[in-house]
Amino acid sequence: MNSSQLLGITTFAYLFSAMLYIAIFVFRAKKLGLFATLVTVAAFLINTAGIGLRWQESYQAGIGYAPLSNMYESLVFFAWAIAIFYLGLEWKHKNRVLGAFSMPFAFLSMAYASFSPKFGKEIKPLIPALQSNWLIAHVITCFVGYAAFAVACGMGIMYLIKDRKTNAAPESLLASLPELKVIDDIIHKTLVFGFLWLSAGIITGAVWANSAWGTYWSWDPKETWSLITWFVYAATLHARFTRGWGGRRIAWLAVLGFISVIFTYYGVNFLLSGLHSYGGN
Amino acid sequence: MKKTDNMVWRSFASVRLALFTLLILATTSIIGTLIPQKNPPEFYIENFGQRTAQFFQMLDVPDMYNSWWFITLLLLFSINLIVCTIDRLPNVWQMVVMNNLDTDPERLEKMPHRQVFHARGDAAALADTAATLLARNGWKAQTANKPGGPLLFSQKNAWSRLGVYAVHLSILVIFAGAIVGSTLGFKAGIMLPEGRETDTVYETGTGKPLPLGFTLRCDNFNVSFYADGATPKEFRSDLSVLENGKVTIDKRPIIVNDPLNYKGITFYQSSYEPMQGFNVVITNKTTKTRQTFQIPFGQKISWTEGGIDFGVINQEVRSRMGDVNRLKVWFFDGQGEPSIFWMDNNATQTVSRPTAAYEFEASQVYATGLQVAKDPGVWTVYAGCLLMLIGLYVAFFLSHRRIWVYIAREEAADRCRILVCGATSKNKIAFEKEFTALVDSFTHDSTFQNA
Ligand code: HEM
Repeated sequence: MNSSQLLGITTFAYLFSAMLYIAIFVFRAKKLGLFATLVTVAAFLINTAGIGLRWQESYQAGIGYAPLSNMYESLVFFAWAIAIFYLGLEWKHKNRVLGAFSMPFAFLSMAYASFSPKFGKEIKPLIPALQSNWLIAHVITCFVGYAAFAVACGMGIMYLIKDRKTNAAPESLLASLPELKVIDDIIHKTLVFGFLWLSAGIITGAVWANSAWGTYWSWDPKETWSLITWFVYAATLHARFTRGWGGRRIAWLAVLGFISVIFTYYGVNFLLSGLHSYGGN
Repeated sequence: MKKTDNMVWRSFASVRLALFTLLILATTSIIGTLIPQKNPPEFYIENFGQRTAQFFQMLDVPDMYNSWWFITLLLLFSINLIVCTIDRLPNVWQMVVMNNLDTDPERLEKMPHRQVFHARGDAAALADTAATLLARNGWKAQTANKPGGPLLFSQKNAWSRLGVYAVHLSILVIFAGAIVGSTLGFKAGIMLPEGRETDTVYETGTGKPLPLGFTLRCDNFNVSFYADGATPKEFRSDLSVLENGKVTIDKRPIIVNDPLNYKGITFYQSSYEPMQGFNVVITNKTTKTRQTFQIPFGQKISWTEGGIDFGVINQEVRSRMGDVNRLKVWFFDGQGEPSIFWMDNNATQTVSRPTAAYEFEASQVYATGLQVAKDPGVWTVYAGCLLMLIGLYVAFFLSHRRIWVYIAREEAADRCRILVCGATSKNKIAFEKEFTALVDSFTHDSTFQNA
């Protein structure tokens, strides 16, 4: 068994998990609940083992680095972070419908990592600039934040779907979703959590840049986009905290913020890559 | 007129302006990620046409993050933050330091979390019991005697109300650090061949010479590759610093991510350049004499004391940059035929001659590319970052929680009415639980009856 096989299984396990949660939501198949959770936990453990094994393989290949150093590895970690964040959310709220709006992100991230021809999956030696503990701290903090934002986006979508028909009949599909007030609260708490980690991610990135090049901030497109994302979420938090925004507006902002996250990570590498991005693949 | 009533003041103190500025900053920042920055004017003319390029120059688009209008936005943002803080902090500070035992009992009746009990007995004794129950739930109480009876108060994390202000202050601290860095510091670079020294570096962008105030020498540079032979594994320079002719730092190795700092100036390993020439060490194994040379390519060199003539007559280059993979050496001690051989770069070759055996070490001369930065503001920036993280944690996860227990003697009966009430600055759900736990322990104590 090698890490690629484990991570391949992870992709399908997340797909299975996402489908189970969606089935629970769509068919109100409550009986599947425990099974869905067990599948998700198993998928998460396989994902963890895959990352661990890849780490070990890199040492066997005589390179030896934490598997967080390229696009493929960061997507794998992104899926991992979404899964654990979601499991925590499920445990706290005892509501599995949330999974239908969270786990698809974990699957999409793994699927994109596995099937996109854009980036190599092989373990490649690290160029000197990437040999830094700050880089590891940077990737972990950023992606924990991104995972929270992905889930917040899912919750935002859930809010907007539910809010379209508030007076739905009690036995309708939407009635199984949590109350709007509860979703709103989850969105807010998730955004707050994500914001703290994104801030830490930007800071660790700046410290890394300073230790490697002597400039903690150079308005590189990637840095700038992470700052734009940070501004968007800062504005969202202020709108809520001081101007009493909530409900649909915050739900939309959670979606908008996540679009900005995606652009920071993927857009900058692939759409602006002609200019001067680093860290592509 | 009080300053707080002034229209201008009010608009600068408003969060509406903050939201506006944040969104304008976010949207305008996009421009600089779409249009490449800091290129020469011809670049913009070529790519965008004469008229658009002219328009760009007018609005400083090619260097937008340093343009007057972007700096103005940041300034507006800072002023907004400062005014907003001056406007609100005094009230918040009041909340932190205020004496909650002064709270009017009337107001306690309106607290968001409340529970009323009754109990027989002496009010002072009941206050003691209540204090014990509070302590058991982690609430250390103070007591004051009100006209109606004793009032107990306990609070947690009053200072957490300042978390938001720590975050806001941290942004200003980071700006201050950035301003210090850009006015008192510099960014520069230098390409320094092995064995050479310099007391000047050249400013990035302008190329202006900047004196270091000391002398920097590159003793050695090395690049190593992974087994694939193409991916660089490590760039390493050994740097020495000389001041007034004295060596103050001797051959300190630096690699990427591990720079050398001397007197506030930091030298970062950033690139290298292979040069035309070789560092050569020849050792006569019989007499144990040894000599070091730095020689150009394709030239005959004489080691007079050693009685040797030698030179590098050919080389095999690996990369477009000109890294030498192998070199061909001509070596002659004046007897018989000269030795001519190929050897690897960075290796040692034994040469057997009629007079003696020699060791011939050769490595290509490199120049190390150093990025040089002086940034006296960087620690201020880091302090701001740390303050921001601590402030965010406090602002998001800690709350100011307050509990009062008011024990009021009832006029007619030999009874007291006990009001347990509380309030939190945020996270009501968690406080609700904490409050319920407290109320439960009152309920379970036989002294108190639920009202
Ligand atoms: C990007 C920059 C900013 C960041 C990161 C930031 C951060 C924060 C945070 C974390 C909170 C607490 C929110 C909560 O608990 O949910 C907060 C509250 C607040 N912020 Fe900011 N802020 C920024 C800019 C500003 C600006 C420019 C103003 C200027 C008016 C402002 C005014 C306020 C106010 C009035 C509050 C509420 C404080 C209170 O009443 O307790 N913020 N900010």
